[in-house]
Amino acid sequence: MTKTKSSKFKENAMRAVFLGAACVSIIAVLLICIFLFANGLPTMAEIGVFKFLFGTEWAPENGKYGILPMIIGSIYVTAGAIIIGVPTGVLCAVFMAKFCPKGLYRFLKPTIDLLAGIPSIVYGFVALSVVVPIIRNFGGTGQNIITASLLLGIMILPTITSVTESSLRAVPDSYYEGALALGATHERSVFRAVLPAAKSGTLAGVILGVGRAIGETMAVSMIAGNQTVIPSSLTDGVRTLTTHIVIELGYSEGLHREALIATSVVLFVFILIINGCFSALKRREKQ
Amino acid sequence: MNAINKISFKQKMKNYRKHPFSFALMLLVCLAALITAAALVTIIVYVLVRGIPHLSLSLFAWEYNSENVSMMPAIVNTVTMTVLSLLFAVPIGIFSAIYLVEYAKKGNKLVSAVRLTTETLSGIPSIVYGLFGYLMFNKALGWGYSMLGGALTLAIMILPLIMRTTEEALLAVPDSYREGSFGLGAGRLRTVFRIVLPSAIPGILSGVILAIGRIVGETAALIYTSGSVTGIPKNVMGSGRTLAIHMYALFSEGLHMDEAYATGVVLLVLVLLINWLSSLIAKKLEKK
Repeated sequence: MTKTKSSKFKENAMRAVFLGAACVSIIAVLLICIFLFANGLPTMAEIGVFKFLFGTEWAPENGKYGILPMIIGSIYVTAGAIIIGVPTGVLCAVFMAKFCPKGLYRFLKPTIDLLAGIPSIVYGFVALSVVVPIIRNFGGTGQNIITASLLLGIMILPTITSVTESSLRAVPDSYYEGALALGATHERSVFRAVLPAAKSGTLAGVILGVGRAIGETMAVSMIAGNQTVIPSSLTDGVRTLTTHIVIELGYSEGLHREALIATSVVLFVFILIINGCFSALKRREKQ
Repeated sequence: MNAINKISFKQKMKNYRKHPFSFALMLLVCLAALITAAALVTIIVYVLVRGIPHLSLSLFAWEYNSENVSMMPAIVNTVTMTVLSLLFAVPIGIFSAIYLVEYAKKGNKLVSAVRLTTETLSGIPSIVYGLFGYLMFNKALGWGYSMLGGALTLAIMILPLIMRTTEEALLAVPDSYREGSFGLGAGRLRTVFRIVLPSAIPGILSGVILAIGRIVGETAALIYTSGSVTGIPKNVMGSGRTLAIHMYALFSEGLHMDEAYATGVVLLVLVLLINWLSSLIAKKLEKK
C-alpha cells in the first residue's frame, strides 16, 4: 500500500518537474523581453523616439543618438543577401530535390549541413581575405555593401536550401508526373508544377534566411566597413544594427550604453515581426 | 523496367535543342549547386592553407602570453563552456520535450505557448542573447564577466534546438512500445524512462551534438557575457575566452593574423568532426 502511494507521489512530482521544464522557454522569452524593453524603452523616451529612430547622426560625444543609418544599413545588407541568396538557394534546392543523381546527393547534402555549421567568425575571416580584395577592384576599401551582401547571401544559403528542399520533396509526385504526361520537359514540370506547389514552404525558408541575415553580427562586423553614415552607393561602407551593438558596447558608458541597448530593442522588434510572419505562414500551410 | 525509360545523353541533348529555355534552366540549377559547393570548398581549403603552416606546438602551450598567443587556454575554456551549457540545456530540453510529447493533452493552451516561445527563441540573433546575458547576469545579478553567465546565455540559445530534436525522437518511438509497457503494469514515469527514452537516445544525441557545434562556434553571445580574458579561470565565476572569441580577439588586435588562422583550423576541424559525428548517428537511425 505504501509502495503505491510513494510511486504515485513520484509520478506526480516528476510530472511537475517536466511541466516546470516546459515552462523554462516561456520564462526565458519573458525575461529577454523584460530586460531589453525595461532597459531600452526609457532610453528611447529620454532621447526622443523620433530623434532616435529617424536621427541620421550618431555622435554620442555630442549627445546625438540617431540610428537611422544603422536601420538603413541592415535593410540594404539584408536586401542584398536576399538578391544573392534566395535565387541561388532555391535553385540549389531544386537541384537537390529533382536533378541530383543519388551518388552526388550523398556528398551535396552534408555540404549544405556543413555550410550551416561553420562558425560565423570563420566566414568573416575568409570573406576578409578572399572577397574584400576582389571587391576592392570596384573602388573603395572593399569593405562595403556588396561584400556584406555576398557574405550574407552565402551564409543564408543552407537555411533557404534545406527548408525549400524539404517542401519540394513534400509535393506529391503526381504533380510532376502529370506535367510530364502533358508533354512538358523535365525542367518545365519542375518549375511550373512542383515549385509553385511548394511556394509557401519556399517562402518560409526565405523568411528564416532573412532572419539570419538581419541577426548576423561577427562576420558582418569584420567586412562591412562600419561607418555610421547612410551609404550613398554600393561601394560605401555600412554599419548594421547588430554590428553597431557589438562594436560600441565594449567601451560605452552611461546614456551611450543605454542607447545601444535601445538599438537592440529595435533589432528585437524586427526579429519578432519576421518570426510572426514565419509562424503565420506555417500555420496557413498546415490548414 | 528501368531500361524502358532510360534516355541516352544524346537524346537528352536533342531534346534540349528543341527547348532551349529548359536547357538554360537546367544550367542555372546546376550552377546554383556548383556555387554552393564551391563556397564550402573555398572556405575550408582557404582556412586550411592559410592556417596549417602556422600550427606549431608552441601554440598549444599551457600559458598564453603576448609573445606566444597559445590557444590551449581557449581550448580548455571551450570544453568547459560546452559542458556547462549542456548541463543546463540538456536536462531542461529533454524534460520539456517529454512533457510536450508524453504528458500534455492535445489542444493544451500551455503547449501552444511553449511552441510559440521556442520558435521565437530559435529566431533571436545571438547578439541579442549576448546583450540579454550581459544585462541579466553581468549587471542585474552582478556576476561580471563569468563563464557561468556565458553558459547560461548559451543554454537558453540552444534550448529550442535540443527540444525540437528530442521531440522528434520521442515522436518517432512507436506507440506500441508505450502500450506494451502500460499493459505490463508500468506507470507513465517508468514507461518514459525505461522504454521511450532509451529508444529515443540516438535522435537526442544527434541534436545534442549539433548544439555542441553551435556552442563551439559562438562569438556574439559570449563576447559580453563570458568576456575575453586569455587565461583559464579558476572557477565558473571567472572570465575566459573560448576558441571562437580567441580568434576574434586576435583579429581585432590585428597583430597575430597567422595565429588566428591556425586557431581557425582547429575550430574548423572541430566543427567538421562534430558534423560528421552527428550525421553518422543520424544515418545509424535511418538504417534501423
